Amino acid sequence: MNRMQPSVESTQAIAESDAIAVERTLAGDRDAYRVLVERHSRNVFRLAYRMTGNRHDAEEVVQEAFLRGYQKLGQFAARSNFGTWVYRIAANYAIDRMRQRQKEEARRETPRAEDSDGMENDPLNRVKDEAPTPERLTQSIELRKQMEQALAALSDAERTAFVMRHWEGCGIEEIAGVLKSSSNATKNTVFRAVQKLRRALQPFVETRAQARAMGTES
Amino acid sequence: MKHMTEEELIAYREGVAEQRAVISEHLAACEECRVELERIEAVLAALDTLPVPDPGADYGRQVWRAIAPRLAEKPVRWWQVWMEPWRLAAAGAVVAMIIAAFVAGRITKPGTTGDNVANKEQVRERVLVVAVGEHLGHSERMLVELSNAAPNDPAQKQVNISAEQRRAEDLLEENRLYRQTALRDGDAGLASVLDELERVLLDVAHSPEEVTPAQLEAIQRKIEERGILFKVRVVNKELQQRQEATKPAPAQNESAKRERNKV
Repeated sequence: MNRMQPSVESTQAIAESDAIAVERTLAGDRDAYRVLVERHSRNVFRLAYRMTGNRHDAEEVVQEAFLRGYQKLGQFAARSNFGTWVYRIAANYAIDRMRQRQKEEARRETPRAEDSDGMENDPLNRVKDEAPTPERLTQSIELRKQMEQALAALSDAERTAFVMRHWEGCGIEEIAGVLKSSSNATKNTVFRAVQKLRRALQPFVETRAQARAMGTES
Repeated sequence: MKHMTEEELIAYREGVAEQRAVISEHLAACEECRVELERIEAVLAALDTLPVPDPGADYGRQVWRAIAPRLAEKPVRWWQVWMEPWRLAAAGAVVAMIIAAFVAGRITKPGTTGDNVANKEQVRERVLVVAVGEHLGHSERMLVELSNAAPNDPAQKQVNISAEQRRAEDLLEENRLYRQTALRDGDAGLASVLDELERVLLDVAHSPEEVTPAQLEAIQRKIEERGILFKVRVVNKELQQRQEATKPAPAQNESAKRERNKV
């Protein structure tokens, strides 16, 4: 997992300092909110980028998350961790944004014949269609493209669950809260996401590993 | 020996397995399952190499600058939400409107309810169309100026585009609101063009204040390749046509009114 794991002391210090900033903001000191925005923006951006897959949407998610956070700050008082809370707002908005984006793209695209049975959404089928050639596989860039496509082929819930669990190290309960789902269903969503990614990417990862072992990759 | 399922191995790898100790024990004894776990880990390790762009050390401040003008003076506690003066005033206004609508309904002729709803929709659309039209006009002017910008002297190493950049920042916020409104209203065509415009505005807003002639040329090329100026003009023209179409009908002439009053 890539999420930075700060020490227990620093996490506690940040949480306490966040709680003070929240109280001051609620008391009318708008600049106190600035501290929270400046402290958590980069983390929220990372989450948003991984969920939406592009910088433009990620930046919108970050701004909207902090705007909504400010509007709902009165509801936060009883909670303990502002970072987790704003994360959750961002994840929810990112899901909305991904859905909007899919609708926009669906409208823009001309319907294709294979759309009717939904087969094109299965990463397994796409892998078969784009059978890797040794030349292509020697390029790391090709694997990167495949990974981006495999992530994009996950459902919103799968992508959210995978990003929050694998990359951001969020707890299952926290993810379940965002997905409005039970813990067991969320665990299952994480499993489905990893399984789909594995099926889509394993041939590429293994071919690259073989190419590396033979010293043919640059 | 009964092997671990793929689900159990993935749950173990992702730290959500319920019987972690049992799986650990099994993995220590079973090479086949260890190999399977390594194959899962290889895929996840490859995914970990996907980069996330660094938004810059100044990013928090940028976010604050973007959202600060949109924040209310003071956030409210949940129970205060319903007691805010504006909300009470708005509720009062709604009540007043309902009373006014009721009174108006009593003193005007029947059969006009549908017309009123249609008129309200028309007024709303007209306001939106005018506002978006102005926004597109401003965006178009900024993009034209940027497209025509050039160094005053061929030997000049830097071109200052800070004015265009600031305008792009201002337009960006407006654009975002109009795009969200267009999406809510189901106007996919307008939302799509505003989305493309937003990307161009974002590029300009994030450019350095001073760019080299080559960088300026790259920005200009991007504007041209996306054909955004053309799209903005086409949509603006369509909006003008919609504005014409939603203009209120001319007032009925007096003789027509007299004729109606005879009935």
